[in-house]
Amino acid sequence: MTTEAAPPPGSAGPSVASSTAEEFVSVQQSPEFAELRRAHRSFAFPLTVAFIAWYLLYVLLSSYAGGFMGTKLFGNINVALALGLAQFATTFLIAWLYARHAAAQLDPKAEAIKKRMEAGA
Amino acid sequence: MSAPLTPLQFTTAAGATEHRPLIITLFGLFVVATLIITVWAGRQTKGAADFYAGGRQFTGFQNGLAISGDYMSAASFLGIAGAIALFGYDGFLYSIGFLVAWLVALLLVAEPLRNSGRYTMGDVLAYRMRQRPVRTAAGTSTIVVSIFYLLAQMAGAGVLVSLLLGITSDGGKIAIVALVGLLMILYVTIGGMKGTTWVQMVKAVLLIAGALLITFLVLVKFNFNVSDLLGKAAENSGQGAKFLEPGLKYGKDPTTKLDFISLGLALVLGTAGLPHILIRFYTVPTAQAARKSVLWAIGIIGGFYLMTIALGFGAAALLNRDEIIKSNKAGNTAAPLLAQAVGGGADSTGGAILLAVISAVAFATILAVVAGLTLASSSSFAHDIYVNVIRRGQATEKEEVRAARWSTVVIGAVAIGLGALARDLNVAGLVALAFAVAASANLPTILYSLFWKRFTTQGALWSIYGGLVSSVVLVLFSPVVSGKPTSMFKDADFYWFPLENPGLISIPLGFLLGWLGTVLSKEEADPQKFAELEVRSLTGTGAH
Repeated sequence: MTTEAAPPPGSAGPSVASSTAEEFVSVQQSPEFAELRRAHRSFAFPLTVAFIAWYLLYVLLSSYAGGFMGTKLFGNINVALALGLAQFATTFLIAWLYARHAAAQLDPKAEAIKKRMEAGA
Repeated sequence: MSAPLTPLQFTTAAGATEHRPLIITLFGLFVVATLIITVWAGRQTKGAADFYAGGRQFTGFQNGLAISGDYMSAASFLGIAGAIALFGYDGFLYSIGFLVAWLVALLLVAEPLRNSGRYTMGDVLAYRMRQRPVRTAAGTSTIVVSIFYLLAQMAGAGVLVSLLLGITSDGGKIAIVALVGLLMILYVTIGGMKGTTWVQMVKAVLLIAGALLITFLVLVKFNFNVSDLLGKAAENSGQGAKFLEPGLKYGKDPTTKLDFISLGLALVLGTAGLPHILIRFYTVPTAQAARKSVLWAIGIIGGFYLMTIALGFGAAALLNRDEIIKSNKAGNTAAPLLAQAVGGGADSTGGAILLAVISAVAFATILAVVAGLTLASSSSFAHDIYVNVIRRGQATEKEEVRAARWSTVVIGAVAIGLGALARDLNVAGLVALAFAVAASANLPTILYSLFWKRFTTQGALWSIYGGLVSSVVLVLFSPVVSGKPTSMFKDADFYWFPLENPGLISIPLGFLLGWLGTVLSKEEADPQKFAELEVRSLTGTGAH
């Protein structure tokens, strides 16, 4: 593969031939990049806090709210089992939401910046 | 995974000894098939990108399957099913952290890592920093996490095989550890990442197929009425409704409750810092493919853990509780015993075949996981320590791949030696320690590196070494190592830290030290390097 040339000493990877340090700084400060960063962070950061809080709530309820968790809902299905399955459901849901968000909001913006940089603009 | 694997002989009811030829044949088939794949993959492994990253040619689906194969250890298959069979709901509770954790990888880590790194976790951690100190720290942490994890798997393999085949002699157990070690060395040195990936894919398919089959056979017995299954399990357990509620395992006293919270935190934050998982993201061509890998992995792993509910409660409902405990105190043989029961019972051909199939799947599971761990540690030793620290980035690609192969042999030999020495120690707690180090040392450093402009070399060193040392020291002085009948060294007693999992202390400490090291730093962060890393990680410009 042509992209696998030996890295320059002391660097994590080859520097992109067409992109200098100044170009990276100017791209980083461009409004397009700010928009991409915002689209990623404003989605990923709050959602991460939310799902970790939701998981910890579940763990805390399991540890300290045995009575509530044992409440039967129907048949032998109790609150504990329903909440456990809800953790599965929210995990699948968040994964799906992120995939949708990334495809619609992140990929086109990232692709545009990448194309522009690799064209040496 | 915290479930101790205890070497007890299989009871006659399980009939392991008489089915030994069938189990060995199936296992032999898996070994032959995977070795053929390995040799085939080895022929295509030429450069460093082939050895470390399988040529970056895998699709998102293939990598998702391989990630599942890399992640789902025998402990999560036999251990969780067994924990549910004996402790009911708490066994299930344990599995949830392992799944939710993948969202951290999906939202924050997988894509930026794929875009900005090359072969190892150290590539990303050292990107903005002074290379040699940060590479050394990242390499140390990678090797420590992987070796702890590996050791637990190796010792578990010895115990598991002795359980399933009825081998209890000391020499037999050492031979099994050596065989597992030898196979993993062959997979990795010959096949590199490509061979390892295919072994993991094959294992994932076998594991899912085996679990699906047994789940189906269990559900048929209850006419697909899950409520009836749970009712029968609760009744049969002798615990009644309590069996379906949290508390039987982790709810004993305030310490076990706190310990579970600590474990839960380490599980959910540790996964995205496990080096053997992180290097899998380099095997696909783009960040989008890395994202797809995680999406597939979430689907496969989630589906698998849902099936363990049927397996665990099925075992509780259909098997005699005393039989499960007699076979293995921690319930690790519940799943194979269940397979035998739903296949028609101990004396039937169907029962014999299913027992053998599930046992062989369990062996395959161990092999795929240990191969991934060996690759992660030898990659990091060769790429981070040897090439970038010792040779200061001046090694040729040929020298680098040769170093990686040799480090595989050395690390494999060390793992065999330690695994043989630890064969009678309860080292299952080491997996929890591996997750704790990953969450306390690796994750904070990855997140700060990617998202915090001011983060400096000193911050990175403080968070890596602080998280690493605090986790290891706390475990050293915890009941995992000494002071309890279930401890690694049960005759010694030098523990003062009450929790088995250090995460509750070490994870916040890792994050705190990363911040503190940065604000107290004399040198400022390099804004140009951060611009380069940030633009590359989000756009994929110049990705390998």
